Order: sequence, then structure tokens, then C-alpha cells
Amino acid sequence: MAGPSRSARSSSTRVYEGALAIGPGNGDRPDGPGRRETAVTEAHHAIEAIWRIESARLIAGLARVVGDIGMAEELAQDALVAALEQWPTEGVPERPGAWLMGTAKHRAIDLIRRRKTLERKHEEIGRHAERAQEGLDLETAIDQEVEDDLLGLIFMACHPVLSTDTRVALTLRVLGGLTTEEIARAFLVPVSTIAQRIVRAKRTLAEAHVRFEVPGGAERIARLASVLEVIYLIFNEGYSATAGKDWVRPALCEEALRLGRILAELVPAEPEVHGVVALMEIQASRLGARVGPSGEPVLLLDQDRARWDRLLIRRGLAALERAEGLGGALGPYALQAAIAACHARATIASETDWPRIVALYDAVAQLAPSSVVELNRAVAVGMAFGPAAGLELVDALVHEPTLKSYYLLPAVRGDLLRKVGRSEEARVEFERAASLTENVRERELLEKRAAECAAEHMVGQSGVVVEGNPPPRVGF
Amino acid sequence: MRVLIMAKEGEQSDAATPPTPEAMADYQKFNEELVKAGVVLEAGRLYPSSQSKRVRFDGKKRTVIDGPFAETKELVAGYWLWQVRSIDEALEWLKRAPYDGGTFEIREVVEYEGI
Repeated sequence: MAGPSRSARSSSTRVYEGALAIGPGNGDRPDGPGRRETAVTEAHHAIEAIWRIESARLIAGLARVVGDIGMAEELAQDALVAALEQWPTEGVPERPGAWLMGTAKHRAIDLIRRRKTLERKHEEIGRHAERAQEGLDLETAIDQEVEDDLLGLIFMACHPVLSTDTRVALTLRVLGGLTTEEIARAFLVPVSTIAQRIVRAKRTLAEAHVRFEVPGGAERIARLASVLEVIYLIFNEGYSATAGKDWVRPALCEEALRLGRILAELVPAEPEVHGVVALMEIQASRLGARVGPSGEPVLLLDQDRARWDRLLIRRGLAALERAEGLGGALGPYALQAAIAACHARATIASETDWPRIVALYDAVAQLAPSSVVELNRAVAVGMAFGPAAGLELVDALVHEPTLKSYYLLPAVRGDLLRKVGRSEEARVEFERAASLTENVRERELLEKRAAECAAEHMVGQSGVVVEGNPPPRVGF
Repeated sequence: MRVLIMAKEGEQSDAATPPTPEAMADYQKFNEELVKAGVVLEAGRLYPSSQSKRVRFDGKKRTVIDGPFAETKELVAGYWLWQVRSIDEALEWLKRAPYDGGTFEIREVVEYEGI
């Protein structure tokens, strides 16, 4: 159990960052390192994977004991450094998670002793450290504790006292086990930005004296909403990247799904948790279909539905059933999942039950009214009852201040204008939408639409009768 | 990434004796741990090859072969679909499985072609 002393920490931390930076294939070079070095590399790969599996539980267990995420993470990383020093030569222990926890808790005792913290707290830690090593007979009791700890950590990392950005960064770091570099890469921001967010998050939590707890009652519902918001934000950043050259970044979707699936097992009686999982599973089922051969976005009604992932659809529908089965009115996430399910159940786009989607949007608008929901509802109305009806609703939103720079407003309006044959006005709207989006792929698509409208307008001007309507399109 | 784990239990896959209750309990406990970690997408056990068929394609010709099949070491007895971040993560999970025999194969599933 003995690791390097705490004074070795600063230099060892670099070892840790370096180890996690090892990319795949480093050990495979034919002219590469010798057998010993290869063994070390292999051990590092194993440690990296074990960290991904264990870090959240480790940090959670420590956070309960020391009451502070920052300190818990430091202690967990100390244990990781000890593993990096010992495992390559001594081999990976049989129960690596218990080893890491035992090591970290010994450090916690040392640390707290040195800081002369309350005797009571010291005893509590000692008890936990012993318990962690007592083995199998206590395993069930500890398992239960671990689940509560994990939940406590999730609630702490997603605490409403933190800004959304910092909640997202802290959650990916302490619950996802991602490095600062990986988070920065995923969000296309400088590493220093994420590092600052995480530091700020820890400081804010400490200053606000946020307790490590699993809240109950009305507070639990509010705090859970904050957690779900963070998870769905991470998902959405992967699903429709707001910036950069890629239209989707599946890795972020996978992280969010993983967090959602974990949460659904931790709080199985909360319908909205299953709702958000259902929504993510169904949306993720389309990931492979919503990107064309050259990386361009393919919108929902134009997608090849044979490429939708049936496994994820099935999982999503099952999660929705779980939400519905818990009784009571559906919450906003479950309702959105129900809308996504309407699309998932239609084997061809023309079979979509648009009147039901309109009804579901009505319900969403009642629960969580917003102009974005109104815009979505207008799209559904346009599909269910004709473009003129949809356009009427969108026109009412044109001066909505919250949608002033929202590119989907002109994009949707352009679609509807085009369908009612007002192609010149549609062109102007598509161009406006293109100027508002920061995603390169999306801008290209909108510019293409604008060019098509210009061509249609020319044809219309020259007196040629265009048969039929342009293909139906929606912005979602 | 998504990985397929194939359980190649050798002779055991065709054995008439079902797994002991203890073995099943161990397996269920492990599977539950995987589900709680958000790893399992799907899991399944397969009936012995004596109840299975093979179809061999040769040009336009299709030949149906009835089980059982001889190459017991290659027979798949069960499978998992896991969502993990790396093959290494799958490896670490698999090493924790409560098995004392058989071979397990980890294969990455091709996803998001074109992204």
C-alpha cells in the first residue's frame, strides 16, 4: 500500500499527465522499445483504462470523507501516481479499485493528521480505510455506499451554484475521468480555459460551503434538473456541434450517454432521468445517418433510415417506457423523447405521425414554454397541417428577442416560404441563417439552400411552370 | 467505441450441464456492475450448436449444414455489446469477469463510417 511520500507529488503529477498522454500504438513500433519498456507501456495503458473505470468512484468515496472535490481529486491522483510507480514493476493488483482507494485513504489520513483536523473526522476516515481492505464480507455494504457516493459527487459537480460551463467541465473531469486536455479538445477551446473553469468550480464549491450530500424532497428535484441539464448539454455539443468544422462529435455523445445510463441505474425511480436517457439514445441512433459522404449535415427527413441504429432505438424506446411506467405526467425530457420516438417509429419519413408530434409539443410548451419550443412546434404544424399554417406561427416569432440571433429561425422560415412558393424571400432567410451559424458544415448547407431558391426564383420569373412542391425539409 | 465480446467457452458451450447457480449468481453480479457503469448495451447467451444451422454460400449454391459443429474451441456461447472508450478499457472490464475457463474475444464494431 505504501506509495511515494506526498513531497514527491509535484514531480509525479507530471508522470501522470505524461502517462495519460500515451497514444495507442506507441508500443507497437517494430524498432521501438525493448521488452521491459513495452511492459511498462502496457502497464500504463492498463492504468489509464483502470483510471477511467475507477476514478469517479474513487473521487466520490474520498469526497464524502474529506468533503471537498478539489482535495478528493488530488488524493485520487496521488494514488494514481503511486500506481504508475508500482504497477509497471510489481504488476497490476487483483482488485485495482480497492488498491487505489486504500492508498488514497491512507494519504487522506496522513494529510488530515498533518493539518490537525478534527479528531472525529480522522476516526471516520480511519474506519473507512480499514473497511476498504476488509474484503468480501463487507463488499455489499460498501457497494451501497459507493452508489450513494457517486450520486453525491454527481450532485456536487452539477451544483446550481456553478455556472453551466464550469458544471460541464467539472462533470467530465471528475465523473467522466477525462483529462483537462481531452475536455478542451472536445469543446475546441484552449486547455487553459478548461483548467481555469475547473479551478473556479472547485473554489466556488468550497467558498459556498456546498456539502457532499444526496439531497431529498423538493431540493432533490431541483438539483436533479441541474444534473440532467449538464448531461444533455454535453450530449448536444456532440450531437450538433455549435462551432468548428465537424457537424457531430460522437465521442461527446457517448460520454453523455454513459453518464445518463449510470444515473438511470443510480436513481431508477426518477422518470425524467429515463426521459433524458431515452431522448439521447434515440437521437444518437441517427448519428451515422445525419452526416453525408463529405461530412455535410443530412437533416432528419432526408436521412436514410436504414442507417439508423436499431439497437439504440430499441434502448431509447425501452427507456421511454420506463419513464412512462413510473406514472404521472411526462416531464419535458420524456416528452421530447416521445417526439423523437415518433420519428424513430416511422420507417419512412412520410409515415411520421405529425399531429401527435404537434400535440406533444403543445405539452412541452405548457411545461417549459420557450420560443425555441414554439419554433419546433411551428415546424410540426407545417408538416401536419400545411406550410401556410406553420409559416403563420413562425411569422409571429420573427420579432422574438430571444431568437434574434438564432439561425434556425430564418432557416425554418426559409423552408416554409420556399414550400409556399415565395422563393426569393426564402433565399434571403437562408442567407441570413447562414450568416448566423458558427458551424462551417451547417453554413454550407444553408448557402446551398439559398442558391437553390435563387435558381427556383429564376425559373419562376421565366414563366416555366414548376410541377409539384420541393421536397419537405425541416431544420431539426 | 462499441465492442463485441464473444465467449468461446470451448467444450463447455456444448455441455449438457447448465451453469451452476453459484456461477450464474457471479455472472449476474458482474453483469450488473457493468450495467451500473453504463457499459452494457446488450447481452445474450446462445443455445448449443446442436440446435443450430449453418448456410454455406458458393456462387448461386446454398448448402445448409446442421449442428453440432466439430470445432468446439471456436464456437460462440454468449456475447456482450459494450460501450467503452478504448480496447484497453474493455480488457480491464473483461479481466474482472468471474470465469475460470474459456476464451473471450474482444472485437471493435465499425461505427460512424463517414464521420
